[in-house]
Amino acid sequence: MAGRREQIARARAEATGARLAGQALPSGGAWVTAARREALARLQALGLPDRRDEYWKYTDPTTLSAAEPIAAALFDLKGEPPMFHEMDRLRVVFVDGVFDPAASDDLALAGVEIERLATAAAADIHWARDLYGVLEARGQEPVPRSLATHNTAFAEDGVLIRVTGRTEKPVSLIYLHRAETSDAVLHHCIRLEPGAELTLMENGAGAARFSSVLEVEVGEGARFHHVRAQGRDHERRTHTHIFARLAERGVFKSFTATVNGRLVRNEAFLELLGREAVAHVAGTAVGDGDFHQDDTVFVTHAAESCESRQVFKKVLRNGAVGVFQGKILVTAEAQLTDGYQISQSLLLDEDSQFLVKPELEIYADDVKCSHGSTSGAIDPVQLFYLRSRGVPENEAQGLLVLAFLAEALNEIEDERLAADIRNRLEAWLARHRPA
Amino acid sequence: MLEINDLHVKLGDEDIAILKGVTLSVAPGTVHAIMGPNGSGKSTLSYVLAGREGYEVTAGTATLEGADLLGMEPEERAAAGLFLAFQYPVEIPGVGNMTFLRTAVNAQRRAKGEEEMSSGAFLKLVREKAAGLKIDADMLKRPVNTGFSGGEKKRNEILQMAMLEPKMCILDETDSGLDVDAMKLVADGVNALRSEGRGFLVITHYQRLLDHIRPDVVHIMSDGRIVKTGGPDLALEVETQGYGDIVDAAEPA
Repeated sequence: MAGRREQIARARAEATGARLAGQALPSGGAWVTAARREALARLQALGLPDRRDEYWKYTDPTTLSAAEPIAAALFDLKGEPPMFHEMDRLRVVFVDGVFDPAASDDLALAGVEIERLATAAAADIHWARDLYGVLEARGQEPVPRSLATHNTAFAEDGVLIRVTGRTEKPVSLIYLHRAETSDAVLHHCIRLEPGAELTLMENGAGAARFSSVLEVEVGEGARFHHVRAQGRDHERRTHTHIFARLAERGVFKSFTATVNGRLVRNEAFLELLGREAVAHVAGTAVGDGDFHQDDTVFVTHAAESCESRQVFKKVLRNGAVGVFQGKILVTAEAQLTDGYQISQSLLLDEDSQFLVKPELEIYADDVKCSHGSTSGAIDPVQLFYLRSRGVPENEAQGLLVLAFLAEALNEIEDERLAADIRNRLEAWLARHRPA
Repeated sequence: MLEINDLHVKLGDEDIAILKGVTLSVAPGTVHAIMGPNGSGKSTLSYVLAGREGYEVTAGTATLEGADLLGMEPEERAAAGLFLAFQYPVEIPGVGNMTFLRTAVNAQRRAKGEEEMSSGAFLKLVREKAAGLKIDADMLKRPVNTGFSGGEKKRNEILQMAMLEPKMCILDETDSGLDVDAMKLVADGVNALRSEGRGFLVITHYQRLLDHIRPDVVHIMSDGRIVKTGGPDLALEVETQGYGDIVDAAEPA
């Protein structure tokens, strides 16, 4: 057995070495250089994930870890308006992972300091020093997330946002994909000072291979809302990580809609460190055919009276694969925890798969934690009821699919954002109806 | 209007015959009641007419104004003017009652080549119809039948019927689970829809609903057949004597 373990370790070291070969850490000021060096050392110790890792049992990370990205054809929206286009927002545009000042708005917003990582990295010292790679490093236990570590070491661009008040409009990160073999690595840090509020949107393909890390520090009584849309460009390969830390009464709410995509892995690592903090993470994924989407969530309750919710819904057809790995860890101090986790799939045919690993680990004795997972088809009785009222079968099916997604969509607080996402999902369903 | 001729039906996946030759003709403007003991095939008849899966028609025909119902999809039957008020209205969490009503109304209008109803006109109509059935704004907003009481579900069925204005209404045990007041409300809703051009088939186990919805013709069904047909008095006979004698008398010795 030892022989095999050595073999695996060697293979991992080789794969990691291949990825790192000829890749120099980006240059920068003292604070960022220190963070990158530390990350590189951690990465070399951890190695990049491979398919034999338990944490990657249901999703093959080979193409995410590989030295080179696989080319992805560009996607043409054909005149369809991009996400969130009608909303008043501060637009920050990245093309293949590089900030595009011409396409972006002026990075100025009342109550917010916002700057480009590439610029901030040149400084010798910066507030982001306490955040950049720090939350990511905390997220390496108990399970390594070394793709995020790679990101910390090699990201050259991203935004650093410090929110001191209530922002008048949301910040919208837009990722454009222009080169077929682009390999984007973006790292964002957000700090919400006590009582501050920010809504952050993200959308767009980004690159052939897209890596993003979002580190979020939610101060006392601060509120962070995050709505992300991934799709519809099919060929991208994406992995994202959110690392968040919440102080007392801090609120973190994140929603992701994934539409199409050969390979998407979204990880969230959330720590509730102050009492009465609230963390909700939700998502809808709809896939048809060659689609693999993975939500991997780890929520730690480390303070009293906190609330967490994980709500994930996936609609899968023609052999699409959905994965959910969700964990709630309640430490001995975290009495009166209210934890909820639900993951459900609607399988529109027998070829599709939903792979689930829900976990609870609880050390406090006075807690309320529930988790549930289901996999099912459209309810034929509901379908008949709708049809008996004159609703054609495919329209009735679309209505039931949206009904299935509703609990997750309800997690989006902003009604305009919710409506936009709902409309896109409806359009997707209309395009992907069985003939 | 509704013509059923020698209809034979068995369960789709088993060799169990449920309807063994049902013949029935409902003229426009009339109310027919079908009564019968449990298991006589009353609900099966309503499901087969509405197009529910799981049944196989082995012989016979069913037409609505001459159109072959059995060859149509459920939504086509609805567009042709058939409406089934379910014995157990289906809960659909996640779909608002209002959305459901509007989707149904507009789907039927499209099927008939009519324009969709504007939001304003739809709202006005639904409020008007709902008020008569004592359905409040909250019930319209909630998900379809979800968390509704038995009476609320049945009233919601009648609301759908009122909104869709079908030609032929089948009410499957609409009185089950209703108290006297709720039954009165539902019956009033049905009676308000009675008109010269509309036919009704009221399926019920008990006579009491027929005190409120007066039938023109009463049929007794037993073991997959209509064994006796008569006027409203036949329902009273059932009430006093039970099904036993009537069914026995009709059975070939």
